Amino acid sequence: MSILFSKDSSGASSKSVNPLQKFMYFWIHNLRQIITSIGEIWRTPLASAMTIGVMGLSLTLPATLHIIVKNVQSINLEWDSASEISLFLNDGLSEQQISSAIRRLRSYDEIDQLRYISKDDAVAEFKSLSGFGEALDYLESNPLPASFIVTPTKFHKQADPAKALLAKLEKEREIDFGKLDIDWLARLNAIINMLEEAVITVALLLMISVVLIIGNTIRLSIISRKEEIEVMKLVGATESFIQRPFVYTGIWYGLMGGLVAFLIVTFVIWWMQSAIGEISGLYMADFHIEGLTFGEFGALMLIASGLGFTGAFWSVHRHVKEIEPDLD
Amino acid sequence: MIKFEQVSKTYPGGFRALERVSFHLEKGEMAFLTGHSGAGKSTLLKLISMIERPSIGNVFINGKNLNQISAKQVPFARRDIGMIFQSHRLLQEHSVFDNVALPLVIEGTYTQGEITKRVHAALDKVGLLSKVRLLPKYLSGGEQQRVGIARAVVNKPPLLLADEPTGNLDPELSKEIINVFEQFNDVGVSVLIATHDLGLIARMKNRSLTLKDGRMINDGLAVDDDSSSKGGIFL
Repeated sequence: MSILFSKDSSGASSKSVNPLQKFMYFWIHNLRQIITSIGEIWRTPLASAMTIGVMGLSLTLPATLHIIVKNVQSINLEWDSASEISLFLNDGLSEQQISSAIRRLRSYDEIDQLRYISKDDAVAEFKSLSGFGEALDYLESNPLPASFIVTPTKFHKQADPAKALLAKLEKEREIDFGKLDIDWLARLNAIINMLEEAVITVALLLMISVVLIIGNTIRLSIISRKEEIEVMKLVGATESFIQRPFVYTGIWYGLMGGLVAFLIVTFVIWWMQSAIGEISGLYMADFHIEGLTFGEFGALMLIASGLGFTGAFWSVHRHVKEIEPDLD
Repeated sequence: MIKFEQVSKTYPGGFRALERVSFHLEKGEMAFLTGHSGAGKSTLLKLISMIERPSIGNVFINGKNLNQISAKQVPFARRDIGMIFQSHRLLQEHSVFDNVALPLVIEGTYTQGEITKRVHAALDKVGLLSKVRLLPKYLSGGEQQRVGIARAVVNKPPLLLADEPTGNLDPELSKEIINVFEQFNDVGVSVLIATHDLGLIARMKNRSLTLKDGRMINDGLAVDDDSSSKGGIFL
């Protein structure tokens, strides 16, 4: 690719190659640069380790928050039954009235399932669950009302539609009153939303800092190799030829930082598992923290290497151009 | 090969390093560029190697106007010019082999085998084939300079520029270095050597271009008489 001597053959003896060969050489060369750019990281092990460490820790925080949000959300899903509506029936209804009420309610579009608990069932359930079953034996008549346990359809499980459904059901003449414990659900949802916002904010801030850290590390690396860059420019290296190894180094930093973050997150989950096991044991719930899935691991590595690339690219474009060769 | 047409160079701040310099170095010619420090030798070389651009005037290499070469093309244009520096400018952390191979690696169209062959050939020409695996710091000043020459010629450029190549060397080593340049000149390479080593110029019978305060006071063609050039120029 002789510029000055293109018309005759007296130029520097650049080998003539066909496009396919050129393409091959390009990739072989890139591969070599990718590998040697790892060497660049080993060249300054302490500084590199610190950069990778800072990156890893910076990525750990959003990744951990993500895990928390994900697991809280899964709790939310598991507790669907919380949005059941309990409808307590008026006293003294006949069997026929009750069964016609059941038929009528089952025809509601909003209702997915309906379970009837008779007065006797209620007593049995109370005895088995409360532990003061014997107390009921002293009463002359059964004080517990019959009830319907209504599971709304998915849409009507949400806070506002569920409230509307409750109001509608309470208008039925057989129903004395209904109960829907929706507030805690609304609160949980609000907390999850807030957490999600926090995760995004924190993640964005930390990502910016990661880009700056990588950018600065690459900047120092460029400065320390100023002499070499000048020589390369003098013997005809293009900007991109000089910039590429630094960009690859940035990507390596990103990948290694991502890996560190993954290891820390895995360790944190393992560490917390026993503590959480204790709590969930007390609540008689079988709860298990779900760690990073393979896809999420991939996303973490992709984001990390992307950040490394961004930081390095930004730094390299600013600083390699600034280095102008001189004769001495 | 190199042609300057009324070239002036003013640096930011107003310092006029070259003033209306014109000369023509023919293809296959070997010439010295001389003058006191600050006379404009370095600026002239920088204009040829496109480190600097002329303020006014045109510089041609092989008939191609360098003003028409964009910043993006500069690296490719530089591959046609072999440059040798006073301070060698070798990569100290890399072996002699890697240093000499650099221009070929940068060009990126050579296999490892071809690179090895060419590097060995270039080092053989400067007599350093036995030091191919060493780091530059284990070489003497003269040897480092020869490695620099090998690097400059490894891709067989038609033009060699040297900035004070003998600046740090004693007369005997200087002669050796100049002999290396002569060998390349013998096979048709154009050579321009900037130096203030007047003894060296006197020993050689080459054309010498003289700069003083940014002006070309002698382009080596008008003066045939050695004594008059010595008397008139270096006062």
